[in-house]
Amino acid sequence: MAIRVYLLFLLFLSSAIVTYSLYEDQAGLMDWHQRYIGKVKHAVFHTQKTGRKRVIVSTEENVVASLDLRLGEIFWRHVLGTKDAIDGVDIALGKYVITLSSEGSTLRAWNLPDGQMVWETSLHSAQQSKSLLSVPVNLKVDKDYPILVFGGGYLHAVSAIDGEVLWKKDFTAEGFEVQRVLQPPGSRIIYVLGFVNSAEAVVYQIDSKTGEVVSQKSMEFPGGFSGGISSVSSDKVVVLDSTRSILVTIIFLDGGISFQKTRISDLVEDSGNAEILSPLLTNMLAVKVNKRTIFVRVDGEGKLEVVDSLSDETAMSDSLPVADDQEAFASIHHEGSKIHLMVKLVNDLDTVLLKESIQMDQHRGRVHKVFVNNYIRTDRSNGFRALIVMEDHSLLLLQQGAIVWSREEGLASVTDVTTAELPVEKDGVSVSKVEHTLVDWLKGHVLKLKGSLLLASPEDVAAIQEMRLKSSGRSKLTRDHNGFRKLIIALTRAGKLFALHTGDGRIVWSMLLNSPSKSEACERPSGISLYQWQVPHHHAMDENPSVLVVGRCGSDSSAPGVLSFVDVYTGKEISSSDIGHSVVQVLPLPFTDETEQRLHLIADTNGHVHLYPKTSEALSIFEREFQNVYWYTVEADDGIIRGHAMKSSCSGETADKYCFTTRELWTVVFPSESEKIISTLTRKPNEVVHTQAKVNTDQDLLYKYVSKNLLFVATVSPKGAGEISSVTPEESALVVYLIDTITGRILHRLSHQGCQGPVHAVFSENWVVYHYFNLRAHKYEVTVVEIYDQSRAENKNVWKLILGKHNLTAPISSYSRPEVFTKSQSYFFAQSVKTIAVTSTAKGITSKQLLIGTIGDQILALDKRFVDPRRTLNPSQAEKEEGIIPLTDSLPIIPQSYITHSLKVEGLRGIITAPAKLESTTHVFAYGVDLFYTRLAPSKTYDSLTDDFSYALLLITIVALVAAIYITWVLSEKKELSEKWR
Amino acid sequence: MTPIIRSIPVLALFALQICFIFFASSLPCSSGSEDTYTITGRVKIPPSNVIGHTAKFSNVKVILNGGQNVTFLRPDGYFTFHKVPAGTHLIEVSAMGYFFSPVRVDVSARHRGKVQATLTETRRSLTELVLEPMREEQYYEIREPFSILSIVKSPMGLMVGFMVVVVFLMPKLMENIDPEEMKQAQEEMRRQGVPSLSSLLPGAGASR
Repeated sequence: MAIRVYLLFLLFLSSAIVTYSLYEDQAGLMDWHQRYIGKVKHAVFHTQKTGRKRVIVSTEENVVASLDLRLGEIFWRHVLGTKDAIDGVDIALGKYVITLSSEGSTLRAWNLPDGQMVWETSLHSAQQSKSLLSVPVNLKVDKDYPILVFGGGYLHAVSAIDGEVLWKKDFTAEGFEVQRVLQPPGSRIIYVLGFVNSAEAVVYQIDSKTGEVVSQKSMEFPGGFSGGISSVSSDKVVVLDSTRSILVTIIFLDGGISFQKTRISDLVEDSGNAEILSPLLTNMLAVKVNKRTIFVRVDGEGKLEVVDSLSDETAMSDSLPVADDQEAFASIHHEGSKIHLMVKLVNDLDTVLLKESIQMDQHRGRVHKVFVNNYIRTDRSNGFRALIVMEDHSLLLLQQGAIVWSREEGLASVTDVTTAELPVEKDGVSVSKVEHTLVDWLKGHVLKLKGSLLLASPEDVAAIQEMRLKSSGRSKLTRDHNGFRKLIIALTRAGKLFALHTGDGRIVWSMLLNSPSKSEACERPSGISLYQWQVPHHHAMDENPSVLVVGRCGSDSSAPGVLSFVDVYTGKEISSSDIGHSVVQVLPLPFTDETEQRLHLIADTNGHVHLYPKTSEALSIFEREFQNVYWYTVEADDGIIRGHAMKSSCSGETADKYCFTTRELWTVVFPSESEKIISTLTRKPNEVVHTQAKVNTDQDLLYKYVSKNLLFVATVSPKGAGEISSVTPEESALVVYLIDTITGRILHRLSHQGCQGPVHAVFSENWVVYHYFNLRAHKYEVTVVEIYDQSRAENKNVWKLILGKHNLTAPISSYSRPEVFTKSQSYFFAQSVKTIAVTSTAKGITSKQLLIGTIGDQILALDKRFVDPRRTLNPSQAEKEEGIIPLTDSLPIIPQSYITHSLKVEGLRGIITAPAKLESTTHVFAYGVDLFYTRLAPSKTYDSLTDDFSYALLLITIVALVAAIYITWVLSEKKELSEKWR
Repeated sequence: MTPIIRSIPVLALFALQICFIFFASSLPCSSGSEDTYTITGRVKIPPSNVIGHTAKFSNVKVILNGGQNVTFLRPDGYFTFHKVPAGTHLIEVSAMGYFFSPVRVDVSARHRGKVQATLTETRRSLTELVLEPMREEQYYEIREPFSILSIVKSPMGLMVGFMVVVVFLMPKLMENIDPEEMKQAQEEMRRQGVPSLSSLLPGAGASR
């Protein structure tokens, strides 16, 4: 009886909907979160006040942030919209951070201490032009000098206090491009220098209070200007002419203009095309000629004179005023693994104020940018700190000959992610020690028990937290039994490879990709994608696993590719090669060679494919499967999907026996006037499906159609391809297709009238879930499509199975026409979505959860049961028992099922899932500007005890039971004895 | 940074904010030139007992059309989207700890950029573009305070409870039953063969 009740109770428990949920004290136990900002574009120091020293930065990820100058931590940070690139950043009035963004059309002020937005002003812009932000350096706070902004053909003067536009000047008619704005302190007149059609220099004198043009002078320059401009002093700028061989000094003293030409060949002997470098130095400019940097001094009359020349590998900062009306600038050059930082006076290059050599701890490439700041040491001399941006996007602060802090900002631009196993723990090298005595162990568990019963004091809670982090051994560098410890290999836009530990998120190793051929054009290839090259198991256990990084020398798709093979354990490059052809598509094949190296095909722009690895063994394996290799290409702009197969070896054209020609099998052409491809998706090739059959409540059997050759395609009307507001419901339709990639058959077509993209989809097992916008309801919708195999539906009769009258053993061919039927259902969803992923487990038994990256940069875990086409309004009793949820018109957003709990993955771009060895658990890694990792158990950890399991409670219960048994035994003995005496 | 609250005592405290209230009561205005308009609105977060509330307020983002434009809140809670073309738009508010319904905003080209707003979740139309959270979001499960009841309710507790009932109460029940009645019941049970639930109690006693 008791057992029966207990079983019923268990049944009741298990039928309750499991949602992902976390107690507050569990945050950070399984997950980690790292905050980044991206590659720094501008930096402004704020060190005048005695308070916290900070540096304000803006980055290529559209982030404006305030960093602690002592530790490099983020005080505050704002991620602007994706189209809101920051053009300039500065500090106004000593308390506001001013950012100019969106090509000079949005000006915002942020409160310096806490990052609260103070005001926002939209500026008028009529045309595309470069933008310029000029914030006056005013020492008197009481006087409100306007902020001058040029962008989109207009010059605006904006009050720094409230963002009000004081005046604006329209330059669109003349085609005037402002190059420099000068605000001499204490003067009402501002000088605006610019070019008209790159051939005429114009100087305006504008009253800073009213915006009236006081005077205007212009002068034509025959031949025209080109490229960069360097302002060397308050009344002189230097610019290159259009042939890039003459430096022109423009002097605009008192509103007049005069030119002074100097041939570069007169300055240096071997002249070529010159380029003016961006650093602003007083009375001097830096010019890059023939891979050398020359410093040219400009004297009062505009005469030029070479004062120094340096090797090319030099980065420079702007000059900054130091004591005694002198200006200094910093330069950094490389020497092996060391970098040399020098701060010199601008007027006297022989006076070196500071010379430091810093040993770099790892290879970070060249220095891209230097920002320098000075401070007064206790002995009244000048000290300098330099903020440097490296080629791998990392940000370092150098001070007193050492790296004070560094930030791996490359991780803010992750482009591709894969996972890898850690090495197996060998005997004798075990890292773990038995550090606990039994008493310690018990104490710990008693503490935990107290914690779970809410009897713990705050100190106890802290102790528990610390103990949990320490004792779990989660950051060890060896493989664990459950597969919880793994490496996340991330490729960044800078071409750097990082290995992150899943336990605590630390960087195990990192490696900057090198081009094998150190050529001019391609010293540092940009990484495109990442593949698992070698995953050893079974017979190749001694090999280290490795990953393949496919890179490209240049930005266009026809640029030659570079392959790099990296050892996952050590982070060292095993080999790399210039492959001599372009990379359009990389196809990992389902075959491996003796050493478990996976075969890959790389398609180039000429319609050829190349086999890797280039070994005869790989070739023989490939030739065996030659007829069975198919792939497809999507030409989204033309609306064409093509299927390809192998034709022959391209030995006729080249001697390369690893090169093959292809033939086109099929094409699907979408009518360009009504449909435009916006999204394509296939199943993950390594996904595991546990069971092919699905049993219905009425004992009906459904066979899932689990072909790996299915392609999901979504198209919209060309009008609806834009933003949400750009189209009316009547004009837009969304059509989704399921296409067989072997035969090109369209298996299913579903049309949504009055809907539009963007479409975010996920494809797993036999179902697709996609998210789109419904214009009629003006709400987002999610639709699920499940595909079932009709041809095997007859096999549900047991007798047929016994008598062998079934077709289950009939060979399944990808060429045959599959008889499929689909079920689908749609729901509303209350948020915009950035990306969708699905959990994946080792055997595919555990139920699945959708991981929805929302517009608020959070990740919501939604049970697959909520997107099940079998949901009905009133499910029958049997259906309820099976776990079918009554149909609702919208999908629930349960706050507890945000796997990111109270964190945000700012700028979320992708979610990657990977199975752990334990069936119930899956790794989830989300990347954007931030990184986030957690471990999920979609159906709770049914196959292991949780970390929270209280062994102490178990032990106490057992002890208590034993004691109770003993006591009752003694009592019953006594009673029996007394009975007998009676 | 403090959200504007329409309750009287707070008003008395922050005399400055009266002017904001005044602005809030006016219709959502939009002005523009050529074909683009401006949408101005306000996010109002009710005072909450959650600590660190002000920090949350400065991290609120307002998103137009799923990421086309992103803007931030001013200290008084106002936000503005500039250069918005006429048409139907969607505004979402992303604030940690709160759930906001997306808002459908119709910017009319005929009425010089008159703005009409409707909450898409509840289909309620707004007279002014003041966005308030639909609900607070609690991202963590709340640990239930320790109570005897929760232990009793757990499967272990239920098992123990059942055992206690069997061990201590059954004999007491048995004692209360008339021996004759019990004999009757036993005979009845023998006749029936299978004990039904009603006869289970004496049956259990008989087996002892």
